[in-house]
Amino acid sequence: MAALVVLHGGLLTTVQDAGRPGHLAEGLAPAGAADRFMLACANWLVGNPAEAAALEVTLDGPVLQASGDLVMALAALEGEWHAGEPGQALPLWEAVLVRDGTVVTVGAVRQGVRAYLAVAGGIAVPPVLGSRSTHLRAGIGGLHGRALAAGDRLPVGRPAEPPGRLAGRRLPAHLRPHRRSGPIRVMAGPQADAFSRRGLRTFYNARFRVSPRADRMGVRLQGPPIQARDGYDIVSEATAPGSVQVTGDGQPLVLLAERPTTGGYPKIATVITADLDVMGQLRPGQWVRFVEVGEQEARQALAERRRRLEAVRAWLMSQPPGRPLVVATPAGVYRVD
Amino acid sequence: MEAAGEGVRFRPAGDGALLVELGEGIDPVTHRRVMGLWRSLLERPVPGMAEAVPGYRSVLVTWDPEAADGRRIREEVARRVQGLAASRPVGGRRVAIPVVYGGPFGPDLEAVAARAGLAPDEVVRRHAAGRYIVYMLGFLPGFVYLGGLDPTLAMPRRPSPLPRVPAGSVAIGGSQTGIYGAGGAPGGWHVIGRTWVRLWDPGRRRPALLRPGDRVRFVPASAEQAPPGWAEAVLEAAPVRRAG
Repeated sequence: MAALVVLHGGLLTTVQDAGRPGHLAEGLAPAGAADRFMLACANWLVGNPAEAAALEVTLDGPVLQASGDLVMALAALEGEWHAGEPGQALPLWEAVLVRDGTVVTVGAVRQGVRAYLAVAGGIAVPPVLGSRSTHLRAGIGGLHGRALAAGDRLPVGRPAEPPGRLAGRRLPAHLRPHRRSGPIRVMAGPQADAFSRRGLRTFYNARFRVSPRADRMGVRLQGPPIQARDGYDIVSEATAPGSVQVTGDGQPLVLLAERPTTGGYPKIATVITADLDVMGQLRPGQWVRFVEVGEQEARQALAERRRRLEAVRAWLMSQPPGRPLVVATPAGVYRVD
Repeated sequence: MEAAGEGVRFRPAGDGALLVELGEGIDPVTHRRVMGLWRSLLERPVPGMAEAVPGYRSVLVTWDPEAADGRRIREEVARRVQGLAASRPVGGRRVAIPVVYGGPFGPDLEAVAARAGLAPDEVVRRHAAGRYIVYMLGFLPGFVYLGGLDPTLAMPRRPSPLPRVPAGSVAIGGSQTGIYGAGGAPGGWHVIGRTWVRLWDPGRRRPALLRPGDRVRFVPASAEQAPPGWAEAVLEAAPVRRAG
């Protein structure tokens, strides 16, 4: 079976797919890719279903060696990857044929925090509760429930088509996701009434800085304290994805894929589903604002996201299986015209 | 927020979820209402809903906003709440869980006893005399929140959390007691014992053994009663702290 051999794990590289819903009442959040839009793009580039398991790279990527000929694509807002050492650059957003034995290095993610490396056939670790997603806190999924480390071997599934027919697909710049500068759209949270008018004004008017304590569980933000009426304790209740909790220090914490399934902090707002991908790309140090929208706007935003995804899919499916344009081999990278 | 009789509140939770609040606090009456709605949603899911998650006084209902119509789900859930039988019996299972109290299995037992002004044996007796209800699972995978702790054993959380609480740890936090299902994560509760029963096993279709609404009692046990190898593994992982 084809495989990826891990020579260096990178900062925090995990196997992720669409996650494992269905276990919230058991205390288990679904996990799954923090940016599902980008996961889908990466997978379609290599001919996989949108929700196949791929590698989620955080800030600094892994070093991997192909065992068998593989077709791979890297999706990132901005970043780089190369083959060989010292290395020749490989293109982003393009399916590359990586020959057996080639060493591929994913470098720094320079915009956003997460990049997705998809392999034709998908990462074929055994599913746990119906998903291959790594849940770090539960220690399940992916490879032994943890991030990649040197010496790991990731099995790769059998692609739908031979490698030579998959490579060469490329997503043009106008169809790729871009860093969005607008505010994060939220709906009023279950405990919006637990905050004073001043507290609500602070939340919607202030800028917040993404703390270094941002991970797959949630994104902690720093800004002027948000005033609650009667303290920051509520009777514990289940949390929705994108919940914006305000913790005892008055600072917001936005819950993501590995969120605690219940919590006792009041929730001032909930990030709309269409903006969860953007949340998953916030970089420590970056500034964010929030804007309140209604149900209808949330629905329109989701429809817009679906249109953009559909445009990506339609483009990639309409590309005839081309010749491999970029081929990475142990001896070097060459381009076939 | 809409009121719907008897302190029911529907609270918004984004474009893919709704929180139904069925009471004020942590009490058996509210719990029965929560279980009534939760079970009703499990037995006859509202079309389009994804999951229903009980809390102490609420049920979160989720759906995929791409696929389902949130307005319809809200309406249907509201109808379901109206139709809740006031005194539907909880009907959970009865479960006895063996616990090895104290020593390396419950490193905080002595501190809890000192704070409560009781002998450690008396803490064990009172804790094991309790009849508990599983109010909810959450926060961490498989963490079981139990209601019904003897108030004399209530104890504020640890000032700094333990870095890694082992699976099966039985602990006290505030006025509650609970069991760490998955283990390995940090924990702010006081660990007074540990069970060898595998409450969390991702290899099972339903990883959590206990479910909300189950009735739990603890049976003091000795390490010798545990399956072979269990106690030895515990002792190896956490050697007994010796004074001096």
